[in-house]
Amino acid sequence: MARRRGSVWTGCGTVFLKEFADHLGSGRMRVLEWLVLLTGIGAIFTAIQDLKTTTSQDPFLFLRLFTNAHDPLPSFMAVLGFLIPLVAIGLGFDAVNGEFNRRTMSRILAQPVYRDALLLGKFLAGLATLAVALVTLWLLIIGLGLLTLGVPPTGEEVLRGVAFLVISLAYGGLWLAVAMLCSVIFRAAATSALVALGIWLLMSVLWPLLTRFLTQAIFPTTPLSLLVGPSYEQIVFQQTLARLSPNTLFGESLLGVLHPSTRALGPVFMDQLQGAMLGNPLPLGQSLLLVWPQVTSLVAGVIVLFVAAYVVFQRQEVRA
Amino acid sequence: MADTVIAARGLKKFYGRIAAVDGIDLAIERGEIFGLLGPNGAGKTTTILMLLGLTDADEGTIDVDGFNPMREPLEVKRRVGYLPDAVGFYDNLTARQNLTYTAKLSGLNRNEARERIDAALKRVQLDEVGDRKVATFSRGMRQRLGLAEVMMKRADVAILDEPTSGLDPQATYELLDMIRGLKAERVAVLISSHLLDRVQAVCDRVALFSHGKVALQGTVAELSRKVLGGGYTVEVEATGPDLLALLSRVPGVQRATAAGTDKYCIVAERDVRAALGQAIIAAGGALMRLDHVEPSLDTIYRHYFEDTHGAA
Repeated sequence: MARRRGSVWTGCGTVFLKEFADHLGSGRMRVLEWLVLLTGIGAIFTAIQDLKTTTSQDPFLFLRLFTNAHDPLPSFMAVLGFLIPLVAIGLGFDAVNGEFNRRTMSRILAQPVYRDALLLGKFLAGLATLAVALVTLWLLIIGLGLLTLGVPPTGEEVLRGVAFLVISLAYGGLWLAVAMLCSVIFRAAATSALVALGIWLLMSVLWPLLTRFLTQAIFPTTPLSLLVGPSYEQIVFQQTLARLSPNTLFGESLLGVLHPSTRALGPVFMDQLQGAMLGNPLPLGQSLLLVWPQVTSLVAGVIVLFVAAYVVFQRQEVRA
Repeated sequence: MADTVIAARGLKKFYGRIAAVDGIDLAIERGEIFGLLGPNGAGKTTTILMLLGLTDADEGTIDVDGFNPMREPLEVKRRVGYLPDAVGFYDNLTARQNLTYTAKLSGLNRNEARERIDAALKRVQLDEVGDRKVATFSRGMRQRLGLAEVMMKRADVAILDEPTSGLDPQATYELLDMIRGLKAERVAVLISSHLLDRVQAVCDRVALFSHGKVALQGTVAELSRKVLGGGYTVEVEATGPDLLALLSRVPGVQRATAAGTDKYCIVAERDVRAALGQAIIAAGGALMRLDHVEPSLDTIYRHYFEDTHGAA
């Protein structure tokens, strides 16, 4: 079999620009942005109320803006963990089936572009839109922090903030890929949205309960475990299971980056803590090293899901 | 045969066990309007998609302007304009923006695209509504916009899938007129349709599709000779005693059938109008009308499928 000729990238930029413009101008995007903005600001303002009292003691004041939780509102970090998927799904659930339903697909594919370019262009446009939203939000928070706290962020805080942005983007990209996979598989946009939202609910709400349930089923409670607590294997098993959910990966990586005093994300033995200065912050490099596996997993998830969407899309018949 | 733009040989496409296209040969030349006719599901659209490289053929070879759509789809798509069945546009964009997008996708630069879009919109008479959102467009306007896209590409081949379906007679007439304009520019035009009489008006040659095969191919006159035999049809309106028997006895007449009160349809091997007139008057009948009719594709088509159905 001879290879197909012509660059796969032909037209990718054009698709990207068009989809990007569509996203930024769409009413859907505006609704989602308001949603993120309002919940985000709500969380930040309560955090600021708390922080004003501790300004002088905390070396990482700005990071507290992201992580401080004040009842009844969750922290900004938690809000994002919940809302980024929603925005990503909103951007991606009708990416491919929308073209079929508008009957534009065959017209576009009759132009000299490969399907690869169409799918990649759409994905990158969604990612860029997410990036714009996240950066805006991030700058807004820094600005609010400057105004209300009156202390400028340190260099390390800014770097950790950038790491936070990158991780959030990888997490958003994962959900965008989920939504696009659904949009390739399901011809009806409503079905695609429903399935993507279903997966999101499963991962963010049901999965933590399920992991606990499954772990208990495999490691039943014995008199010994009641006495000394769960075994090492049990803890590792439960954690591995939990990490199948992107929400866990996202939460853990933000914990590592935004809480500089985080030293480990898994079980730690007492002898490993010998000589450790507990409660003292890790340097940035060490924090990044700590969350590296989580971030890599997120990115790997994006790639796997995108490839799946690509394969399904390539095999699809063009005629509606 | 330097002027052959599309050459397809032994095309086959299977969906599971069923052959949607089952061994099709086509040769289409520059400046020719070629009609792919047949009922829905006869394999017309599948053939078109294979020519465009949007679907891979399971067997057979295709050559479009010297390129193989399966291996060099980009080159083929650069040279072929395609108006899909029930074409869709982005409703939230204007007509001009829609065309700009496809112009960019086909690699035109900004200035060239603007010039060509203006010219194409003018030709399909949409230049005044070019900055209106496509959401407000009627079916006919959308089809015309689709045609403008094909014109803008300055393609060597234009493939139009059911371009007139769902259009009112006036819009159909206008669209067919624009399609004739493409022929004048030496573009090879491929029209698929199940509306036979509309297509007859513009097509130089046609291929009748049936169950994934080309049943008949050639000019309308050739087909009528093949299917109807004589190929010369006369309509007679006259009164008189036992005219049917009389008319069928006229030399050269192959078949005479009654087509209503005092109306008869005659198929002959040559022009027998004078002989028919004389025969009617000599028998004491009154001749009201005597008319040579071009055999319509519709008649040929129905006849052919009745015959094959009867044989099967």
